[in-house]
Order: sequence, then structure tokens, then C-alpha cells
Amino acid sequence: MKQQINYLGQNGYFGAYGGRFVPEILIPAVDELNQAFQEILQDGEFFKQYYDLLMDFSGRPTPLTYAAGLSEYFGKAKIFIKREDLNHSGAHKVNNVLGQGLLMKKLGKTRVIAETGAGQHGVATAIMAAKMGFKATIYMGAEDAERQYANVFWMKQLGAEVVPVTSGTATLKDAINEALRDWAGNFDNTHYALGTACGPRPFPEMVTYFQSVISKEMKKQLKELCGKYPDRIYSCLGGGSNAMGAFVEFLQEPEVELIAVEAGGKGEASGKHASRIAYDKAKAGVSQGYKTLFLQDEDGQMLDTWSISAGLDYVGVSPILAHLADTGRVRVEAATDAEVIDAFQLIISKEGLIPALESTHAFAGLFREIADTKPDDIVVVNMSGRGDKDIFNIGEALQDEGWKTFVKERGKRYAD
Amino acid sequence: MQIEKMLEDAKKTKKILLMTHQIIGYPDFETNEKAIECFCQNGVDLIELQIPFSDPIADGPVFTKSNQTVLEKGIKVNECLHFVEKMTRKYPIPFLIMTYYNIVYQYGVEKFIDRCKEIGVQGTIVPDAPLDEARSYYDYSREQGLAAVSIATPYSDEERLQVIAAVGSGFIYYVPRKGVTGSKTSFASEVLGGIRKAKEVTGKMIAVGFGIQGADDVANLVGAADIAIIGSKIQQVIEAEGLNGLDRFLLSIARVNGGSQ
Repeated sequence: MKQQINYLGQNGYFGAYGGRFVPEILIPAVDELNQAFQEILQDGEFFKQYYDLLMDFSGRPTPLTYAAGLSEYFGKAKIFIKREDLNHSGAHKVNNVLGQGLLMKKLGKTRVIAETGAGQHGVATAIMAAKMGFKATIYMGAEDAERQYANVFWMKQLGAEVVPVTSGTATLKDAINEALRDWAGNFDNTHYALGTACGPRPFPEMVTYFQSVISKEMKKQLKELCGKYPDRIYSCLGGGSNAMGAFVEFLQEPEVELIAVEAGGKGEASGKHASRIAYDKAKAGVSQGYKTLFLQDEDGQMLDTWSISAGLDYVGVSPILAHLADTGRVRVEAATDAEVIDAFQLIISKEGLIPALESTHAFAGLFREIADTKPDDIVVVNMSGRGDKDIFNIGEALQDEGWKTFVKERGKRYAD
Repeated sequence: MQIEKMLEDAKKTKKILLMTHQIIGYPDFETNEKAIECFCQNGVDLIELQIPFSDPIADGPVFTKSNQTVLEKGIKVNECLHFVEKMTRKYPIPFLIMTYYNIVYQYGVEKFIDRCKEIGVQGTIVPDAPLDEARSYYDYSREQGLAAVSIATPYSDEERLQVIAAVGSGFIYYVPRKGVTGSKTSFASEVLGGIRKAKEVTGKMIAVGFGIQGADDVANLVGAADIAIIGSKIQQVIEAEGLNGLDRFLLSIARVNGGSQ
């Protein structure tokens, strides 16, 4: 069975964005990967093997949970939540790495490298490497490694080497740069498992393909639960992998409105955010191996970004989403850190769910505009991951006294 | 093309030509200028000046840090171009600008090349401008008589080498190994064989960079490459031994050509 993905541009370009702007030394590596990816697109058996692995190992299909508490609270649209938090590893990231792991086997590679922001992609990659018997090296911005140490701990336990990146702004973009440098030196035996729908061809398309399981399942589940497609789908937008996963099967269903929510950080005027599209602050540029909208200064130097959520704190955006935003197919909004913390408290109290701060942006986007919906409307929020990893940031943001005391006491015990 | 003629003439008197590198603004403009003066006094044949970029993916840790240090000082692209102009007016040696594609793209590809021409630069090297993606950069450079140096590697097969030769201009920058700038390269016989093959297939002058540490490496390249490029090592020498150290270092390299200037 041939997989249809013809709505995703041509030759690695999505409108004005995409391409493969890598140094010449990496051209054979991206060519090899692209060829292998084009082959699996024609190979229905590969997809079946991949999906079997997801079911058997990661727990797919993930449920589509009716959010009765939130729906009643607002008294507007019926809210459904796609539960990517229930994947093994606690986030959608595992969908992509298991696919890339199978591809690695096909390519005969024995070592995997990856970049990670919040750590979820790093953990997923380390899990995949442990399961499949690969060596793993994970690059993580030094600042992110500090913010998300729990994930660093797990990556190390899983046998991966974690390299804190201190160059540049010491965040996700710098981890991507370091991974590209490593790949340039080791592509003979090493695969770069990029974690989001960004980077040089074929990564944007390939990551979207592996994440498309989210919307494939959503389509089926909505038909069973509601008998119709949703009116709106909300997803958070960092690099864009969970947004593409949630949207891709609905791109050709014009009645479904697709809304991506970026990190508004401390707000538009503060300059401390990671909103490329919603605040209209980004310009087309070329960096990290591809062309997209980047937050950059007038010279083309990439700017510092900020978000309460390390996973959304990225300077670029998937070239596919940049194009879908240009054409109006996807509407892009931003939610501030403050809105996210408010939304988090509401979700946890009304639903008994603990969403990741990344995913909470999608909820915050919905809550802001839920007044515009009608009781017959169906909206879906893609809950890309669970929030356990964010306990330090959330505890701090909520200024929770009990949490502060616990951290102090624990710290004191180690200091003695 | 102007630079090709210059290089051919220079090659008549030397076994191998030398290209040195500076990151503009690192550690400061004054040191850059003194280093350039030292290059000229020691028979360097070409000078590559790098406009810093926030995300230099082809550079190793030494240059990545230097790029960042310059940007933290708030140095802008126009200041870099003014500095280059000052140098081209002062020193009668071919200058090339190395930078990353986003710097060129944001400036405007044609505008950037026009500006390079105006300030007396002979060509540009943009490592993340692939031949097939950034065609307008290569084509417009050629039209304007400026070298847009293309890059070849040991992984470039004959067909790719022909494209590299046809699209780029000036000379070919041969990267002899995987990886980024800065760490040592072993110039074993298969590496030299790769360089000779690139020369044979393309018929162009071949410059070899990445990992050249000193006179022995340069001497090894004689007979295979036309130009040896020294980048990170120059920066390390200046940092460790100052400009006097640079002078000694360049003198040791000049001996490869029999001490001729």
C-alpha cells in the first residue's frame, strides 16, 4: 500500500520554505536518508511493522478522552483530549523515534544522536536505543538540562550519553547545531534522529509521516465517538511535530479549523517569547539546515527565545507549518506563561489530568476562545505529553510553599 | 576570472599557496589588522575573513565560541564589511569573505555580492549554500566576476565533482575529512589521492582546509593541492603566543616553499 502524503509539498519544499541547506559533507547523508524514506513511503509492510511496534511497545492507540469536567465548566463546545501523554515515555515524541529506529536498522546504522529541548525527545530516543540495541548520544542545551534534570537522569539511566551544550544560547537550537556537527563527523555509522518537523529534507516530511498516527487515530475515534469530524483542533507549536501529527490527516478537510498555539512567554511587548508566527516577529531565513521563519535580527543573527516550557523554546518553526500559516490553512495563536499556568490549574482540577506545559499552551489557546464555540461543536486538544517532568517549573510558578519546603529540605540533606 | 589568474600567476613561483583565516572582530579589529599585516609580510597568498553568524554549523568548538564572542560584543555585518573594505584598500592581497547563507540572504544575495565587489573582495565562501539550493548566489557571483567558491569532499563522486566545478567559481575548497573545522586531519595517501582526483576531474585549483596544523601538513599537500588553508590553528597560535608567535608560525610554513616570499 502506497502512503499518500502529496499535500506536503514537493522536493522538500513547502511553499517558500524547506530545502536542505547543509554543508557539502552532509549531502551524502541527507541523500541516503531521503532515499530510504522515499522507499518506506512505498512500502506498506514497513508502516505495518512500525504501527505494530507502537501498539506493542508504546501502548497505541492512545485514547480520545471526553473532557466532561471542562466541557461542563465552560458550557460551550464538547472538548475531547487526544492522550499522547499515555504513550510510553509520556509524550508523542516516541512515535517518531520508533519509526526512525526502524529506518536506522534498514540503513545499518548502529549509533543514534539526537537533540532535545524539554528532554522528552531525548528520553524517547534513549528508550528507542536501549530497546533496539543502539548507542545513543543526546545533545541538550545546558540551560535546558538544568531546567529539566529529571529527563537527563532518565536518559543516563537508559544508557545514553548526555552532552550539555554551552555554545550560543545554550538551548534547543544550539543542541540542533551540535547534533548536526556530530552527524557531519560520524554519518558512516550514525543516524541523526531529529525530533521535530524541522531541519533539512527529509526530516520535516519524515517526522510528520511518523507523527501522522495521531490524526489517523483521531479520525477513526471521532467517527466512532461523535460521528463527525471536529470543528476545531488545537495543538501547541514549538518545532511543530505534535501539531503536524494532529493536523496532517485533516488538512484536506476544510470544515476542520486547525489552530496551533506558540509560546507567548512573557508577552509580545516583552521580547521574551518564542512566538514566530502569531506575533508576526519572524522573517524567512536559512539556519540549521533549512529555510523557514526564524526569530532573527536585521543582520540574520538568531535571537534569544523564552518560554516557561523548554520544549517550545525554539527560534524556528517547521517549514510545513510556516507554509500552512502563510496559506491560511492553519491559524497560529500564542499563549503567555501566565495564561498557561492558569490553564494548567483549571485542567488539573476539572479533569484530573496533568498536562505538560507544552500541551497546556494548546489548552490555553482553546480556553481563550471557547466563548466563540457552540454546544454542538466538537473541539479536540492534542495533549502531546504529561506534566510530571515539569514539576519544578510548575511548583515554582505556583509559588507552592509545600513544594518549596520539600526542595529546600531535600537540598539540605544532600548538602550535609 | 580575476582570482583564477592571480592564483595561477602566484603558483608559478611556489610549490603551494597559503590561505589564512580570521574571524572579523575576534578578538578585536585591532588584532585582526595586525594579523593581516603579519600575513602579508610572511608571503600569505590569500586571506579569508569570516563574518560571524549565531549558528555556524560547519565550524568546530574554537570558531563557534569566537563567532559567539564577537556577536556578544554587538558587532554588526556592516561593521565587518567596513573593516574588510579598509583591509582591501590597505593590503594588495586577494581577500575572500566567508560567512553563512543567512547573512547573505538577509542582506540580499545580489546586494551582498555587489557590495563585496564594491569593497574589493575577490570572492566568497558560504559553506551552507548547497549548489542546488542557492543557485542564484553562485550564478550571480559568476556574472559579476566574483568567485563563489564551491566545496568538494572525499564523498563527492565524479558526477558531483563536475557539478561542483561547473556551479562554483574561483577555486574548489576541498574538505578532506568528515566533521567540522578545528580538529587534526591525517593527510594519508588516500586523502592525497582524493585531492588529486578532485583536481583531475574538475581541472580547477584545489584548496585544502580543515585540520592543517603546521608546516608538515602543508609540505604533505605539495604536489596534490594548490592552496593550503589554515584557520583554527592561526587563531590558537595568536591566542597562545600572540602576534610574534604568529610571525614565527608563518615563517615555518614559508619554508615549505623554500623560504621564498
